[in-house]
Amino acid sequence: MGGADVLSREPIGTTQAARDADADSAGQDEAIRVTDLHKSFGTLEVLKGVSLTAQKGDVVAIIGGSGSGKSTFLRCINFLETPSAGQIIVNGEEIRMRQDGSPVDRRQIERIRTRLGMVFQAFNLWTHRTLLENVIEVPVYVLKVPRDEAIKLARRLLERVGLGDKADTFPAFLSGGQQQRAAIARALAVEPSVMLFDEPTSALDPELVGEVLTVIRDLAAEGRTMLLVTHEMKFAREVATHVVYLFEGRIEEQGPPEQLFGSPQSARLQQFLQTVG
Amino acid sequence: MEFFFETLGLAESAKLLSLSPPGWGGNLLRGLANSMQIAFGAFGFGLLIGLFGAYGKLYGGVVLRDLLAVYTTVIRAVPELVLILILYYVGTDLINKISEVMGYGRVEISGVVAGIWVLGVVQGAYATEVLRGAIQAVSPGQIEAARAYGMPPFMLMRRVTIPAMMSFATPGLANLWLIATKDTALLAIVGFSELTLETRQAAASTRAYFTFFLAAGALYLIVTLCSGAVFARIEKWARRGQPSLKRAGR
Repeated sequence: MGGADVLSREPIGTTQAARDADADSAGQDEAIRVTDLHKSFGTLEVLKGVSLTAQKGDVVAIIGGSGSGKSTFLRCINFLETPSAGQIIVNGEEIRMRQDGSPVDRRQIERIRTRLGMVFQAFNLWTHRTLLENVIEVPVYVLKVPRDEAIKLARRLLERVGLGDKADTFPAFLSGGQQQRAAIARALAVEPSVMLFDEPTSALDPELVGEVLTVIRDLAAEGRTMLLVTHEMKFAREVATHVVYLFEGRIEEQGPPEQLFGSPQSARLQQFLQTVG
Repeated sequence: MEFFFETLGLAESAKLLSLSPPGWGGNLLRGLANSMQIAFGAFGFGLLIGLFGAYGKLYGGVVLRDLLAVYTTVIRAVPELVLILILYYVGTDLINKISEVMGYGRVEISGVVAGIWVLGVVQGAYATEVLRGAIQAVSPGQIEAARAYGMPPFMLMRRVTIPAMMSFATPGLANLWLIATKDTALLAIVGFSELTLETRQAAASTRAYFTFFLAAGALYLIVTLCSGAVFARIEKWARRGQPSLKRAGR
């Protein structure tokens, strides 16, 4: 449950076998390991070699200005964006990539995606389905969970995010905060090993941010592994076990929240924290 | 009943339109059934072409996209009557040539199959554009969400893209269906006995042009009205989950 650490802590001078065994036992607790991730859009290089490891139970907050590549980084992990180069390991399974970063096996990506519950900035609920249908969609059709079982779980999850009475409502008739909470229930329904939050409160009216953060805070408290791209600095400081500050596609500074927010080392981070308050 | 027609001066028309000979009503209804059969087939075939066409235009490679562009442009540029003549005679000729080469001799081509094929190819070009537009109107986020949860492409199309685009596609598809029902009349030119040809024959044999063409018009109108009711229901279903525009406009 330690902090995420990019630097290898490998002891020097051990045998290859010992190192392999070591890596295996480390792999047991590793939820996500990203190594030297690059991503370019045409000639624009958005990620210039980002590495990050999240242990099980870690809440990693990724902060940075707009255009720093934080969302792109998150979207590369489940291959919504195809990385240009690098290595991604999810729960000990390496995503096989070609030289140009494109996936070797579409099925592998699909399988890994089902374990990564993603929550989007714009909620992205399926508008032609009720909340309940949204939540059971992936369990029933992708994971092949029996329908009545999925419905039971979905009702519990909707109850949990405070939408028990809205199960048969369509998303368009709900507030942004309600939609985002439903989207979180949809993510929880796949029993994700890692949850990916892509600026979950950025599209919300200020008075609706709180209700969504409360739900995320609860999830963090129960020890769920999460990667959280956010602009909510106070919230990041409160829930994160580890904070990463991205600047122009590189990790400028990272560490435990007290250190990063309390005594930032880099001048850019200091300036960033001042502007966002 | 007889008395009723007698007083209205319609006794002659009623006799002409009666369902059993010497009345021609049965022929008209048979023609209508043929027309509907072709319209259904052509609309369905056109939808199938349209779905593949739309996906090909949106996601296909350069060659496929170019081929589809040629298809939709040419079909939509040439008058339908001309297309029907070309596709019908070229199609039947080609099949006969192939069949002769393979040693089967000339084959009889069913009018219904030929009609469905010809009109289906025409419908497919328009359906391609209707469906392409509808798919593009679906918010990318919904498709992205499905991808993010590991939906394979075909399931994504079936469970997310098609249901989400239906509300955008329905009005255009309703138009296409109504055009299909009326385009069947063009098949009269290749001698297919659909409603219009049956009507013309009945009218020519009895000299009661007005009666028969009015009756045919009424039949086409009934088809249109029924279709309208069906599409209204489909549209209501397709728009589920969307707030009504009327309320938003106020």
